[in-house]
Amino acid sequence: MSSIVIVGLNHRTAPVEIRERLAFPADTIGHSLRGLVEREEIVEGIILSTCNRVEVCVLAGGESYKGATAVKEFLSATHGIARDELNGYLYHYEGEEAVKHLFRVSSSLDSMVLGEPQILGQVKDAYGYAAEFRTIGPILDKFYTKAFSVAKRVRTETKVASSAVSVSYAAVELAKKIFGNLKDKTAMLIGAGEMCELAARHLLSAGVKRILVTNRTFERAVKLAGEFDGMPVRFDELLSHLKMADIILSSTGAPHFILKKEDVEEVLRIRKNRPMFFIDMAVPRDIDPDANQIDNVYVYDIDDLNNVIETNLEERQKEAARAEEIVSAEVRNFLRWLEAQQVTPTIVMLRRKFEEVKNAEVAKAIAMLGPEDPKTKKVVESLATSILNKVLHPPITALKKDVDGRDVTELVATVRELFDLPENDEPSPPSTEARKEKEGGEIE
Amino acid sequence: MHIVLLKVTTLFYLVGALLYLYYIVTLKEKGAKLGRMILVVGVVLHAVGFVARYVAAGYTPITNLFESLSFFAMAIVAVFLVTELRYNLRILGSFIAPLGFVFSIFSAFQSGEVARLAPALDSYWLPIHVMLLFIGDAVFAVAFGAGIMYLLQEKEVKRKRMGAIFKRLPSLDVLDEINYKCLTVGFPLLTLGIITGSIWAEYAWGSYWSWDPKETWSLITWFLYAALLHGRLTVGWRGRKAAILAIIGFCAVLFTFLGVNLLLPGLHSYSSLSG
Repeated sequence: MSSIVIVGLNHRTAPVEIRERLAFPADTIGHSLRGLVEREEIVEGIILSTCNRVEVCVLAGGESYKGATAVKEFLSATHGIARDELNGYLYHYEGEEAVKHLFRVSSSLDSMVLGEPQILGQVKDAYGYAAEFRTIGPILDKFYTKAFSVAKRVRTETKVASSAVSVSYAAVELAKKIFGNLKDKTAMLIGAGEMCELAARHLLSAGVKRILVTNRTFERAVKLAGEFDGMPVRFDELLSHLKMADIILSSTGAPHFILKKEDVEEVLRIRKNRPMFFIDMAVPRDIDPDANQIDNVYVYDIDDLNNVIETNLEERQKEAARAEEIVSAEVRNFLRWLEAQQVTPTIVMLRRKFEEVKNAEVAKAIAMLGPEDPKTKKVVESLATSILNKVLHPPITALKKDVDGRDVTELVATVRELFDLPENDEPSPPSTEARKEKEGGEIE
Repeated sequence: MHIVLLKVTTLFYLVGALLYLYYIVTLKEKGAKLGRMILVVGVVLHAVGFVARYVAAGYTPITNLFESLSFFAMAIVAVFLVTELRYNLRILGSFIAPLGFVFSIFSAFQSGEVARLAPALDSYWLPIHVMLLFIGDAVFAVAFGAGIMYLLQEKEVKRKRMGAIFKRLPSLDVLDEINYKCLTVGFPLLTLGIITGSIWAEYAWGSYWSWDPKETWSLITWFLYAALLHGRLTVGWRGRKAAILAIIGFCAVLFTFLGVNLLLPGLHSYSSLSG
C-alpha cells in the first residue's frame, strides 16, 4: 500500500550551514524533482526549499520506511553529503503524522515566527514546481490543495496571523489606525537607517503617496530619495518641510533631540492640527517623547514598537491552540479521504474481476445453447448480472462503510487476499486532469 | 394597533442592540449583519406605527414626552443606519443601537388612547418644528457615539497598546470625519428648527422669542455646536477637542429635551410628564 512520507530539516533541527547545503535552488529544481520520482520506491514527490526548511514530501509506492530511506538517499546523493552526517539533522513523518506536519507548516504553526505569512506562498511555489514538472499525481495534489485550504481556514478563523509582529508592519498598522487611508499621505525619512528604510517601503506599498528624504549629507538624501522615487530635502530645511509630512520616520545618529516639543507644536499649528505620526527608531532618540502629549500628535519610539510586537506575539501564541484544533479536525477529514482512495481501487478491481468471470461464463453458456437467439442471450446475461450484483453487494458495502478507528488497510488486504486481487495496483500516473480537478473540489 | 406596533418596535431595537454588542465582543460579522437587518425591520415597523397613530389621532404624534421620545428613537436608529451604510462602519452600531433602544423603551409606556390635541399645538408648524429638531438631535447622537469611540481609540493609541479596543474601533480619521459630517448636517437642522419654532411662536404666543427655558437651552446648545463648527473651519479644531465638544453638545441636547421638560416649567410644558 502507498503512503505519504515527509523527510526534511528545519531551523530547529539543523544549523544554517547545513540548511544552506541542502537547499534546492529554483533553477535546478526541475531536475531534482525528476531525479526524485525516478526512484523506484517513489510515486509522487514535492520539494519545499526555503531559508528555514528543506522538506521532501513523497508518496511511497510500497512500505513507507523504504520510501523514507529512498528520500534520504536522494538528499545525500543530490547534495553530496554522507548519510551518516545527514541523519542527525533529519526528521521524518509518515501517514497521519505527515499529514499533520504539512498542515501545520502551511498554516505557519511550525514557523520560526509563528503565523508569519510567507510560508504559505513558499509551499504554493513548491507545489507549482511539482505541477510544472509533473511529479505529482492525484494523491499529493489533493494533499497540497487541502493544505492550502486548511491554511486559509486557520488564517480567517483564528487570530494567529492577525496582528503585526515586525517593527515595520506595526508602524504601518498604527499609521492606518491614525490616518485611515494612507493614499494621500506623505512620509518623511530623517537620516538613513535600515529599519527606517524598510518601514518606508512598507508604507509605500500600503499606499503612501510621497516620500521626502533628508540627511545630514545631502548626497545620501538624493541617493535614497532616488530609490523611493521621493524628494530629497536639505537637512537645514527640515523644519520648513516638516509641515508637509504626515508620517515621520527618524533614525539619525544625533546625540540629542533634533525635534523638540515646541518645534512639533509650531508645525502642527501651521498644519491646522492635521495629525502627525512620529516613528523614532534612533537611539538616543531624535524626537522629544513629550510631543506625544500634544493632541493629534503620536510619537512612538523603538521600545514602544517592540512592546507592541511582544504583546501581539503573546496573542498569537494563545490563538495557536485554536489553530491546532482546526488542523487536527482537518487531518481526520483528509485521512478519511485517503482511506477512500485505498478502498475505491479495490472495489473497482473486485468488480472488474467478477465481471470478467461473468462475461467468460456467459459466453460459454451461450455457445453451448447453440444457434444465437436474442431472447435467450438476454435472459442468461441478466441472470448472471443479477447474481453478480447480489453477491458483491455485502462486501462492497462493508468496504465503503465509514467506521471510526477501523483499519482500512487491513480490511483491504483481506479482501484482496480472499478474492485473489493483484497486490500492486499502480496509482494512475501524474496527469493534468487531476490537477484541474482541484479547482472543483474540497474534500468533504 | 399603533401601540402594539410601537411596543414590538422596542423589542426589535433591543434584539438589534444586543446583536451589535455581541458583534463588538466576538467580532463575528454575522452579529452585525443580523443586527442591521433587525434594526431595519424595527425602524420600518416604527414608521408604520407612527403613521397609524397619526391617522388615529388626526395630528402628528409628537405632542407629549412619550411620543417625542419614541420619535427620537426612530430618528436615531434611522440616522445610524444611513451612517453605517455610508461609512460601512458596523462597530458604530454597538454604540448607537443601545441608545436607540433606551429612548424607545419609553414608547412602551405611552398610552394607547390618543389624547385631544391642545389648541396651541394645532398647527402645521408642529410637525415641521419638532421633526427638524429631533432629526437634527439624532444626527448629533451619532456624532456623540463617534466622539466616545474617538476618545477611546485615541487613548489606546496614545497609551501605545494595541489591545482589544485598538482592533475593534476604526481609524481616528474616519471617526473625526463622522464628527464633522454630522455637524454639517445637524447644525443646519438645529438652526432651522429654532427658526421655525420662533416663527410659530410669533403666531401662537405673539412673540418670536420669550426666553422660556426651552428656548434658552436651545440657544445654549446652538452656541455650543456653532462654536465647534467655527473652530473646525477656522482654526482647525479636530480630533479629541471636537470629540469632547460633540459629547458636551449632545448632553446639552438631552438637557434641552429632557431636563427642561422634567425640571423647568415654561411655555413648552406640553411634554412634561404631567402634560
